[in-house]
Amino acid sequence: MRWRIEDAPERAEFREQFRGWLRNALPDGWLDAVDTGDDEKFDKLHRSFDLGGWQRTIGSSGYGAPLWPKEYGGISGEPWMQQIVREELTRNRLPSISFNVLGVGLAGPTIIEHGNEDQKKRYLQKILTNEEIWCQLFSEPGSGSDLASLSTRAVRDGDDWIVNGQKVWTSIAQAAAFGMLLARTDPDVAKHDGLTYFILDMKSPGVEIRPLRQMSGSAEFNEVFFTDVRIPDENRVGEVGEGWRCARTTLMNERVTLSGVSLDRVAFLGGTRKDPWQSFLETIPDRTSPLTRDRLAQIYIEQEVKEVTSFRAAAARAAGRQPGPEGGVSKVFNAELNQRRSELAVDAAGLGGVAWMPGDGAAEARAYNFLRARANTIEGGTSEVLRNQIGERLLGLPREPDADRGLAWSKTRR
Amino acid sequence: MPNDVVAPDDPHAQEREALRDTVRTFLDRSSTEADVRRLMETETGYDETVWKQAADQLGLTGLAIPEEYDGSGFGPLELSVVFEELGRSMFCGPFFSTVGLAASTLLASDDDAAKKEWLPKIASGQAIATLALTEESSSWDLADITTTATRDGSGWKLSGTKWYVLDGSIADLVLVVARAESEVAVFAVAGDATGLTREPMVTMDLTRKMSRLTFDGVDAQPIGSQAVGREIVERALLMAATYLSAENVGGAQRCLDLAADYARERVQFGRPIGSFQAIKHKLANLLTEVEQARSASYFASREAAAGKSGETTDDLPLAASIAKSYTSDAFFHAAADNVQIHGGIGFTWEHPAHLYFKRAKTNQLLLGSPSYHRGLVADRVGI
Repeated sequence: MRWRIEDAPERAEFREQFRGWLRNALPDGWLDAVDTGDDEKFDKLHRSFDLGGWQRTIGSSGYGAPLWPKEYGGISGEPWMQQIVREELTRNRLPSISFNVLGVGLAGPTIIEHGNEDQKKRYLQKILTNEEIWCQLFSEPGSGSDLASLSTRAVRDGDDWIVNGQKVWTSIAQAAAFGMLLARTDPDVAKHDGLTYFILDMKSPGVEIRPLRQMSGSAEFNEVFFTDVRIPDENRVGEVGEGWRCARTTLMNERVTLSGVSLDRVAFLGGTRKDPWQSFLETIPDRTSPLTRDRLAQIYIEQEVKEVTSFRAAAARAAGRQPGPEGGVSKVFNAELNQRRSELAVDAAGLGGVAWMPGDGAAEARAYNFLRARANTIEGGTSEVLRNQIGERLLGLPREPDADRGLAWSKTRR
Repeated sequence: MPNDVVAPDDPHAQEREALRDTVRTFLDRSSTEADVRRLMETETGYDETVWKQAADQLGLTGLAIPEEYDGSGFGPLELSVVFEELGRSMFCGPFFSTVGLAASTLLASDDDAAKKEWLPKIASGQAIATLALTEESSSWDLADITTTATRDGSGWKLSGTKWYVLDGSIADLVLVVARAESEVAVFAVAGDATGLTREPMVTMDLTRKMSRLTFDGVDAQPIGSQAVGREIVERALLMAATYLSAENVGGAQRCLDLAADYARERVQFGRPIGSFQAIKHKLANLLTEVEQARSASYFASREAAAGKSGETTDDLPLAASIAKSYTSDAFFHAAADNVQIHGGIGFTWEHPAHLYFKRAKTNQLLLGSPSYHRGLVADRVGI
C-alpha cells in the first residue's frame, strides 16, 4: 500500500458511510477479523457466508451499481465512488465483482442511456438483484477488432425481427436470461450505419449455445448460433440503424467497469488473498540460476513500476482528469508483463513446466496461467489495436488508410 | 499522459512544474544543439558563463543544498526535475559530477567542516567537484576498491589509480573512495594537488568527459570518520542513481519526441511513415516504456525526499536500483529506436540522434549496469 492516495474529505466521508453500511450488512465480527488480520476467524466466517444472499443485499442497496441513477437502483454516483466501493470490498475480502458484471456494468448503463421507459422498468431492477443474468453478443468469428464489420443479420418481419448468424467469445451464456445483441439490419449502407441493438431472450427458439474450449483446456466462453430467431420489435434498443451508437455506450462502460480489475476467483468469491509476489516466488522453487534471478528481478521491477503508474493515473483522476487512451498504455504493458511472468515460471521449472504427475495442483496452475496469459494481449482490445490508438491519439500519428471508407457494407471485403 | 507527476497528496507539485518551465526556458537558450556540438569538441566540455548563470542566477547547483550552506534548501524531488531537463537538452557541464555525485557525498557525510568549506562553493558555482570511485575494473562494488589511504603523521596519503572519473580533469575538488586500514572511506583532494596526475580519457559520449586520475602519495583530507565511510558512499550512490534516473527520463522523452515528430513528417510510399504500423507500434512501445520510466524515477525521487538529509529510508535502496535499471534501459531503447526511425539521416554525425544514443549507453553503465542493479533488487526481495 505504498502508493495510496489520501482521501479528500468528501471521499473520506463516502468511504466511512459505505463502511458503516458494510458493518450492518455483514455477519458480526467480519470487519474486525479483517482489520486485526485474524485469518482463522475470517476464514470461518467466509466459509459459512451466503454469497448469493450477499449479492442480492448489495445489489438492492445502491452500492452494487453506484453509477446508476437513484431512480433505477443506483446512487447517482461518480466513478470515484465506484472505485471506493471496490477498494473497500477488496480490502474486506468480499467479492468485488458481481456475478452479473455484464448486466450491472454494461447492459444496465446502455438501457439507461438508450432504452425506453418500458425497457427500464422491465429489466433494470432484476439486473441488480441477479434475478436475470446478462451476456454480451457482439464479437463474431469474422469480426474481432473490426467489430462494426459484423455479419449477423436481423430482418424485419411484421412486429418481429428474424435473426440469423453467429456470435463468439460469449461469457456466461448458459446462465444468461438476456443478451445484448448487435446485428446488421441494413447491409447497403456503410458498416457503422447499418447496425441495430437488440435485447435477446436467451431462451428463444433457434438460439444454440456451444462451449468454446480454449488452448488452456477450460471453456470460459461460448459460441452462440442463431437460426431464424424471432425478436419482438419492442426489444429493440434505440432506433433502427443506431446500433453502433448504443454499442459504443456498452463498450465505453466495459472499459470503465473492467479496467484494472482482475477477474480471478477472489474477485468473484472473496476470501483471503495471499501476497501475490510471495505466491509467485513459491511457484519457482529453484532460483539459483543467474539468468532466472535476472529475469525475476526484471519482473519484480516492472510490477513495482506498474504500481506507481497506476498511482499516477489514480492521482490524475482524483485531480479531476478524465481517463483517456492512456488506459491503453497500462493494458498493453500489464498484458505483456503477465505473459513474461507466467512464462518465466514454466521455464524455471524445466520439463516440470510441461509435464507432471496427475494431481499436481501447483504444476497445473502454473501451466494454466502460462496458457491463459496468451489471451491477455488479445481480449479487451488487442495489443496491436491499442498500439494504433496510442500512436494516433497520444502521439498524433496519421491513421492507416481505411479500405472500407465510404463503401456500403455489402461491398466491403470480408 | 501528462509529463508532470502530480499527486493530490503532494502540495509542491505545481511549484515543481514552475521550476521545470524556468529551467527549460534557460536551457532552450543556453544549451541548444549548436551549443552542445561546440562544447563537446572542447577539452573542458563546458561554458563557464553558462555554468555561472546556472549556479548564480538560477541557483541550480545549490537547489538541494541546505540554506545553512548557502543553498536554497529544496530536495530530491525538485533536483530531479532539473536533472530531467538537463537530460532532455543534453546539457554539457559538470553538473552530474558536482551536484549528483560530489554534493550528495558531502551531504551524506557527518563532516560539518568539509560541508562548510565546499558546499557554499558548489552552490555559488565557484567549485567543480567529482567523486572518484571506479578503478580499471569499472566495478561499483565497494569491495573491489584497491586505492589505499595510509596515515602520514597527522594526515593521510593516497595511492592508486581511479578510472572513469567524471570531469576529473577540471574538478577543483576530487572526493576519492579509498581503503583506509581496511575500511572504505572518503578523502578530499584538491584538483591541483601535488602527486595527482590527470589524464583525459577518450569517451564515446563526447558530452560527458572522463579522466584517469593517478594518485602517487597525494595529501588527502578525510571526509567524516572512517567508521561511516561506507555509509556515506552508499548513500551518495543512491542519490546519484536517483538523479541519473531523472536525467534518463528526460533524455528518453526527448528521443521519443524527436522520433514521433519525424514520423509525422517524413513521407515514403506516399504516406507519412508514422502511418505504418511498423513505425507506429515502435513509437507506442517507446511511449509505454517512457511512461513507466517516469514512474520508476518518481518512485526513487520520492523515496529520496522522504528521508531527511543523510538518512536513507528502507525503500530507497530498492527504489534507486529499480529506477536506475529501468530508466537506463528505457533511455537506451528510445535512443536506439530514434536512430532507427530516422533511417539513414539518423546514422549521420550531423543529426543529433547519435548524441542521445551515446549518452544513453554511457548512462546505462554509469553507477552499475541494469543487470548489476537487478542483482541488487533480487537480493532485496527474496529472489
